[in-house]
Amino acid sequence: MTDMLDHPMREAPAVEKESLVELRELVVDYEIPGRRVRAIDHIDLTIHAGEIVGLAGESGCGKTTTGNAILQILREPARITNGQILFQGEDLVALSREQLRRFRWRNVSMVFQSAMNSLNPVMRVGDQFVDMMHAHQRISKRHALAQAGELLRMVGIDPDRTRSYPHELSGGMRQRVIIAMALALKPELVIMDEPTTALDVVVQREILQQIDALKRELDFAVLFITHDLSLLLEFADRIAIMYAGEIVESAPAAELYRAPQHPYTQGLMGSFPPLTGPIERMIGIPGSPPDLSNPPTGCRFHPRCPHCRSEDAVLYERQIADRPVLKPVGTDHLVACHLVEEGL
Amino acid sequence: MSTALDVHGLTKHFSTGGARLFSGRRKVHAVDDVSFSLRPGTITALVGESGSGKSTVARILARLHDPTGGSVLFDGQDATRSEILRYRSQVQMIFQDPFGSLNPVKTVAHHIERPLLIHGIVRKKDVAERVRELLTTVGLVPPEHIARKYPHELSGGQRQRVAIARALAVEPRVILADEPTSMLDVSIRIGILNLMLALKEERELAFLYVTHDLASARYVADEMLVMYAGQIVEQGPTEDVLQNPLHPYTRLLLSAVPDPRAGLRLADVSARGSHHSGIDPVAGCRFVERCPLAISLCRQRTPELVEARPGQGARCHVTAPAPEVLHA
Repeated sequence: MTDMLDHPMREAPAVEKESLVELRELVVDYEIPGRRVRAIDHIDLTIHAGEIVGLAGESGCGKTTTGNAILQILREPARITNGQILFQGEDLVALSREQLRRFRWRNVSMVFQSAMNSLNPVMRVGDQFVDMMHAHQRISKRHALAQAGELLRMVGIDPDRTRSYPHELSGGMRQRVIIAMALALKPELVIMDEPTTALDVVVQREILQQIDALKRELDFAVLFITHDLSLLLEFADRIAIMYAGEIVESAPAAELYRAPQHPYTQGLMGSFPPLTGPIERMIGIPGSPPDLSNPPTGCRFHPRCPHCRSEDAVLYERQIADRPVLKPVGTDHLVACHLVEEGL
Repeated sequence: MSTALDVHGLTKHFSTGGARLFSGRRKVHAVDDVSFSLRPGTITALVGESGSGKSTVARILARLHDPTGGSVLFDGQDATRSEILRYRSQVQMIFQDPFGSLNPVKTVAHHIERPLLIHGIVRKKDVAERVRELLTTVGLVPPEHIARKYPHELSGGQRQRVAIARALAVEPRVILADEPTSMLDVSIRIGILNLMLALKEERELAFLYVTHDLASARYVADEMLVMYAGQIVEQGPTEDVLQNPLHPYTRLLLSAVPDPRAGLRLADVSARGSHHSGIDPVAGCRFVERCPLAISLCRQRTPELVEARPGQGARCHVTAPAPEVLHA
C-alpha cells in the first residue's frame, strides 16, 4: 500500500482537452426509512467536449443513476448526498429549479432506454418539436416546424414526417425522432441510456452510424450507457466500467480492448462470444452482481473474482477488507484493483 | 441420422385487427412454409430479428399455437394430433422471462415436483431425491438449500436454471429455448449457454435455440436457421452459414453485429428499405426492397430454399438459384 502513496492519485490527461462534465466524488443514495442503498459510491468521471464516453456495466450497477444524476432527474427516494457535478466548471448540484430547467435540454439532453415510447401518441411529431422548442426559446410555430423538418432530415427521416403520428413510424424511426429532438437545441452533451437496446441489430447499426456522423457535424459529447461492451468497444472513444456502484476501470476504447486490467472487465470481455476466429469454451463470471443494500466488504468484486483466493493470506486480507481506489496504470487508463496495484 | 422432430411446410397466419372496407381482414403470414429437423444431441439455432416469426415457430412446436398449415412430426407421428400430455413430456419449452415463468408464491422444489408428479416420472417417495438431482444437474448447489427458496430470492440466472431443471424433470427429448439468456446479465449468459452444451452432450437432447444474438448462436449451435419475414431464408451448419453466408440478409445481419475483434471501426451497413411486415405478401422475394443483389426475377417469383452447397441452402435467386430457374 505504501509504495502506491508515492503516486499521484490521478495523472493529468495526456492531451489537454476541454473538460465538459466532471463528476467528483459523486454519491447517490436511495434512502428508505431504516434502509439505505448506495447506488453510486464516490465516482469520478470526466467527459471532454466532443467525446463519446461509454459507461458499461450490468443491471443495477448504477450506470443509469449516473446519467440521471447529471441531469438531476433522480426521483425520490434517490438523492445526491455527496460530491459535485461540474458542467464547464459550474456545480450543477447547487443550481436552482429554474436554472436547472433552462439547463436541461439546452446544455444536456437525454435519450432514454424506451424513448421511442415516450412520444405523445396523439400529437403529430412536428407539434412535439414545437412544444419542446417553445419551452426553451421564443420561436414562431412556422419557424419551429421548419426546424423540426430540418432536424428530421439530419437523422435520415423525410421532413414531411413532421405531420405523422408516432404510430405511423417504425420503432427505429421513432428512436431517430427522439435523437433529433435531443439535438434540437444544440446541447454540448447528449446522454444516451441504452438508446438502441430495444432495436434490431441492423437498425441499431444504422442509428449508431447516424449518431457518429451527426457528432462530427455538430460536435457534441455523448455519454453512452449500455450493458453491451462489444458495442462500446467499437463506438466509444473512452470507456468506464461500473460495478456495484463504483467505476472499477476506465481507459480509451482501444486500450481497454487490447489490455483490460480489472478482473471484472476481463470477465465481461470473456462473456461475449466471438463471431469470427476460433470458438473457445468461455466461462463468463461466476455468481451474480451483489445486493447494494448490503455490498461485499473490501473490493466489491471479491466474491466473484477468480484471483481472490485465501492461499495468499496477505493479499486476501486486503481484498476482503480494503476498498481499492482508481490508480493510473497507463495513459488515461485507471484501474481499481489490489492485484493490479501489486503488479500481479 | 435419426431426427427427433420434423417440421414440414409449417405455416401460421394471424388476422390483423383492422379490417379493410372491401377486402376483409388482412393476414400476417407470421410463419410461411418453414421446414427443418431437430436431431438428438444437436443444438439448432433459429435466428432472426423481432417480428421474423422465430418465436411463433417455437410456440407452434410447443403446441401453444395451432399451425395454419404444414405438419410437425414427432417420432414419425403427427404432433399436432397426438395426446398433449404425452407430447409435452417429450417436448419442453424454456421461456425468455425467468421472472414471469415461475410462480412467486411457490418454492423452487414445488416447481420441479409438479411435472414429476403430473407425468408420473418417479414414485412419490423418490420425488425429493429427484429434485435434488435435477438442481445439481443445472448447477444449483447446494440443492437442499435452493429447493426451499422462493423465486424472488434467486437471481435471474438462477431462476432460468430452475426453469431448465423443471423442463428436464419430465425427461424430454426436445427442448425449445426461446431467447433464454436475453433477459439475463451479460456475465451470466455464458453459464446458461454452457449448461445447454453440457445437456446436449450428456443427455442427447435436441435443442431449438431461438435467438437474435448471432454470436451466442455461433457459440452453441451446430445447425443454424435464419428467418426473415416468416420464411427460413438460409440454413446449414452454423460455421458455414456464418463464415460463408449465401443469403444477402444473412450477410446484412452479420455486418451489423458489433464485433470488436473484427476491428474497431464502424463498418458501413447500407441497408435500404425496412423490414417486411409479412402482411399479405405477394409473389417475389420478401427481402427484395432491401437487397443489393436483386434482379427482376426477384420481384416475380418467390425463391425456394435451394441447397447451393453441401448441407447449406438459401432462398435466393442470385446466390442459390434453382436449376430450373437457371435453365429457364
